[in-house]
Amino acid sequence: MYNFEFVKPASVADAVAALGEEDAQALGGGQTLIPTLKQRLAAPSKLVSLSGIAEMKGVSAADGVLSVGGATTHGTVAAEAGAYPALADLASHIGDPAVRNRGTIGGSLANNDPSACYPSAALASGATIVTNAREIAADDYFQGMFTTALEEGEIITAVKFPIPEAANYQKFLQPASRFALVGVFVAKYADGVRVAVTGASEDGVFRWSEAEAALSKEFRGDALMDLKVDPANMIGDLHGTKEYRAHLVGVLTKRAVVAAG
Amino acid sequence: MTQVSMTVNGKAVSGDVEGRTLLSSFLRDKLGMTGTHVGCDTSQCGACVVHVDGAAVKSCTMLALEAEGASVDTIEGQAAADGSLNAIQQAFQDHHGLQCGFCTPGMVMSAAALLKENPKPSESDVREYLEGNICRCTGYHNIVKAIMAASGQDVSAIAAE
Amino acid sequence: MPKDSGIGASPKRREDVRFLTGAGNYTDDINVNGQAYVHFLRSDVAHAKINGLDTSAAEAMPGVVRIFTGADFEGVGGMPCGWQVTDRHGDPMQEPPHPILAQGKVRHVGDPIAAVVADSAEQARDAAEAIVLDLEELPAVVNMKAALEDGATKVHDDLTSNLCYDWVLGETDDAAVQKAFDDAAHVTTLELTNQRLVANPMEPRVAVGDYNRGTDEHTLYTTSQNPHVIRLLMCAFVLGLPEHKVRVIAPDVGGGFGTKIFHYAEEAFCTFAAKACNRPVKWTASRSEAFLSDAQGRDHVTKIELALDKDNNFTALRTNTLANMGAYLSTFSSSVPTWLHGTLMAGNYKTPVIQVNVKAVFTTTVPVDAYRGAGRPEATFQLERVIDKAAREVGVDPVALRRQNFVTEFPYDTPVALTYDTGDYNGTMDKLEVAADFAGFAARRAESEKNGKLRGLGVNCYIEACGIAPSNVVGMLGARAGLYDAATVRVNATGSISVMVGAHSHGQGHETAFPQVVAEMIGIDESQVEIVHGDTSKIPFGMGTYGSRSLAVCGSAMVRATEKIINKAKKIAAHLMEASDADIELKDGVFSVAGTDKSVAWGDVTLTAYVPHNFPLEDIEPGLEETAFYDPANFTYPAGAYACEVEVDPETGKVTIERFAAADDFGNIVNPMIVDGQVHGGIGQGIGQALLENCVYDDSGQLLSASYMDYAMPRADDVPFYTVDHSSQTPCTHNPLGVKGCGEAGAIGSPPAVVNAVIDALQSGGKDVGHIDMPVSPARVWAAMNG
Repeated sequence: MYNFEFVKPASVADAVAALGEEDAQALGGGQTLIPTLKQRLAAPSKLVSLSGIAEMKGVSAADGVLSVGGATTHGTVAAEAGAYPALADLASHIGDPAVRNRGTIGGSLANNDPSACYPSAALASGATIVTNAREIAADDYFQGMFTTALEEGEIITAVKFPIPEAANYQKFLQPASRFALVGVFVAKYADGVRVAVTGASEDGVFRWSEAEAALSKEFRGDALMDLKVDPANMIGDLHGTKEYRAHLVGVLTKRAVVAAG
Repeated sequence: MTQVSMTVNGKAVSGDVEGRTLLSSFLRDKLGMTGTHVGCDTSQCGACVVHVDGAAVKSCTMLALEAEGASVDTIEGQAAADGSLNAIQQAFQDHHGLQCGFCTPGMVMSAAALLKENPKPSESDVREYLEGNICRCTGYHNIVKAIMAASGQDVSAIAAE
Repeated sequence: MPKDSGIGASPKRREDVRFLTGAGNYTDDINVNGQAYVHFLRSDVAHAKINGLDTSAAEAMPGVVRIFTGADFEGVGGMPCGWQVTDRHGDPMQEPPHPILAQGKVRHVGDPIAAVVADSAEQARDAAEAIVLDLEELPAVVNMKAALEDGATKVHDDLTSNLCYDWVLGETDDAAVQKAFDDAAHVTTLELTNQRLVANPMEPRVAVGDYNRGTDEHTLYTTSQNPHVIRLLMCAFVLGLPEHKVRVIAPDVGGGFGTKIFHYAEEAFCTFAAKACNRPVKWTASRSEAFLSDAQGRDHVTKIELALDKDNNFTALRTNTLANMGAYLSTFSSSVPTWLHGTLMAGNYKTPVIQVNVKAVFTTTVPVDAYRGAGRPEATFQLERVIDKAAREVGVDPVALRRQNFVTEFPYDTPVALTYDTGDYNGTMDKLEVAADFAGFAARRAESEKNGKLRGLGVNCYIEACGIAPSNVVGMLGARAGLYDAATVRVNATGSISVMVGAHSHGQGHETAFPQVVAEMIGIDESQVEIVHGDTSKIPFGMGTYGSRSLAVCGSAMVRATEKIINKAKKIAAHLMEASDADIELKDGVFSVAGTDKSVAWGDVTLTAYVPHNFPLEDIEPGLEETAFYDPANFTYPAGAYACEVEVDPETGKVTIERFAAADDFGNIVNPMIVDGQVHGGIGQGIGQALLENCVYDDSGQLLSASYMDYAMPRADDVPFYTVDHSSQTPCTHNPLGVKGCGEAGAIGSPPAVVNAVIDALQSGGKDVGHIDMPVSPARVWAAMNG
């Protein structure tokens, strides 16, 4: 690692101020950033830890919305997001137990790894990404692999998930990293079904609109029977071809629908 | 250099570190506690697992300065003061749950975290919980068996001692 | 009734206490006062000419002690290859130089170009980034077939081609082999790849070099399976140092699996640099660095043909293999596809005509050498896969086809240069049928099918040649080393014993198992016996631990030395009891005179040896210490039969291992608990090869699977509990313990069982799939089902 200055502010305001410096970077749980720094692929002058900001931690549910503080760990979401069981279940399978004790939802969404789990939940839930400056709809937030609507120095302080009538997340593991080779999150709301896919596309997390339309009409696995995902934009690598990923999207979506009930 | 202070295995410690100093490096290089091992650089092998404020973490993926004021438990603090092994350590020895010993500190610390949250884990509970701990020697058979035995379950029916 | 001590007992491992309490002493735990740190600047391209290398800016960086480049090692020897293979024409293999730091060219991603020694590891890395490098990229050489084509880019300009050797074993008359195939009632052909693997012991490699100007003595702490071998190679071939001035210590070592046998450039560098800088020099590999610098394993591409007569007897076998050597010849690389592979092609079967052809190829990839099993997994995989395919093609039960062709009379001379001394392949298969519950398979398959899954049962056999020896034979075959081992038994005055052994324990539990043997021979408590290993200044000599040889070879040396101790102790006892040597009996640690009630305890005899007031000084010397070197008469031949049951998810192609059973014949067993553990670990690695692990280079020679993010290590939830049976025991006929070795069996025996099971599952689902290359990943299974 290149060396850097480490600061751990206690408030969002102090964190924003610290991030105003050139080459300062926010540190969530560090489960992705620290390995990146070890490879010397990033050289921040200052790391601003968000782990000391109490107002950014915790899970609460009210009026059909689950709010998760940006610095809340996956482990905490797994334990405390009982109001949104599919989300708690997703969080309980990110990485491994030790990673879940450090990694945070804000860190995951800010990084927007194309194989991460949380982006699919946020997008399928039509979640709102709350930052120190504004609120961003999930549909506007994800802008391709490792790319988001966040401005320089902007911090995710919370994520608000409308709680669906039914939902499920299906993850098919990439056997080495244990990230999603493909992950599909299906959420059924009164006004329709949303399906978000992670791991599969060169463009990062995406909504499978044909499936959404079919499932909004009829929320059954069989409703997907005639649908196929175009392999053209899928990721192809040593763990699976484009065609295989496209195939898995269909299988996992069906399974998510069946599991969601 | 910044001073960091924490409690390690019940003892107050402090030392000067850089921003980039990892908790694993603070333990190994500053405190000379070399029981915590580093087996990878992508946060996967789990040889470095310690407990910070009671939660299992990968000490190679946490900055030492993030542990300011925390209570850290490592493999060196698991046995009793007279050297007698705790129930998990003893089960690992009784059931041959280790060979080269390199992954062992992390395995024991992960097992301790598991049994704290799930006192009677099933075989699949154990296997799933160990997702972040890689062992190259044992094929996991005797590790899983040892952890189940440490939880007080009868493992005599599991094939082959 | 299981024994509670001695040979056949399973005492708790004494090494465990230090490992379980964080008190192990691994090489990275060792820090020498005043040490500096080295960072190797490694090539990030597969193949290039070094047109410029400017270290001047880097030298001015903070903390830099000295920067070394290839120029610093001109005139110093390169890394040696320990085995010269003779090709089919009687010519020696092509053997390119392998410099410590690149000279003129880099030949794989990770090839070290320069080494920066600095006050801290981060400073060394900072300075390495400031080295100005001008590389002229050359075409990468990745594909073996393309590497052998006329006009292919050469990895080594001074060699005639990328062919290291073209080797043949068995029937050399091509026409005779062809005739056997022409006469066959059925021929089964299979083309397959035994993919490249990375050994990945959990402890990355570390080296610490120390030098004392006052005494001119070097000490090297290193993560090695064989410290004497490292000392010999480094002193005699690389650095030209006198062995008595070099001490090599391999303390607790966190797994080896073959990849810590070899002498590596980093070890020689730290030894050299410690003197050049007059300062201890430490190198600790990161896992990422290990992927680019540890010798890798396997990487064979094979076509195998099996001929059967009308009664399904095997009549001939022919194989053609391309074996990847990587960019340089690692220490034992050349022996792996030849003498550790070709010689095993008879397997457990009495095939009369066998021809093995192997072409070894240089490519611009990390060197390939022995990895757990080394050659024998490659042989077993192709043979047991082609037999399975043949059974399906001729419509017979795959177990019955194997049984019909088993070697049943011993000793048996194979057509590929080995003599199997003993075995009972039918007996072992009988054990497997019970252990794996063949009888219950149909019901389990029906249950899986009810759940929408395909279930398959795969079975295979294996044989290995272990305890690698004897020296005179391996010498004729090209080994540049002897393959004996040594032990010194030092009895202390009060009767306790230190045994200095040449074997090195890095997970195998020697510290527990070896004392069981000595204690039983003498009849004293195991706690009275301690094993010392891993330090060239403490042990007599040692060729180390690999090839499942520790107990069969070093254990035999230990038995011989203990016999010498007992003989001398009997002389002392006879003197004390005024009896004849020949009348002395030793039982339970007490010497007695046959037919009398006279006795003297072990401790009294040992004390007399060191306080020789009443001692036969005219006949024997005081003291009680003996050394033996043991060179076996033959290899040992562990053999077994393995069974795997898998479920395949037809929608995703995902394979899960539902059951795994192993029946092994290891001959006599000293510690059943440790033996089971060795088999478990081997099976885990074999399942890893079969389903998960894959070391892949792209066309430009970049390693795609360069970390645990892309190289899939088996985890706890990838494997089931295993059923292991080793009650089939035909003791080795030529070593004193009757032991055969157990360390590699699991890794050799398990991959074909898994793949055979997957094919069986797919066939049961009506999919006519003949073969899927490893790793049998979900994507590959799905493609095969839909192809």
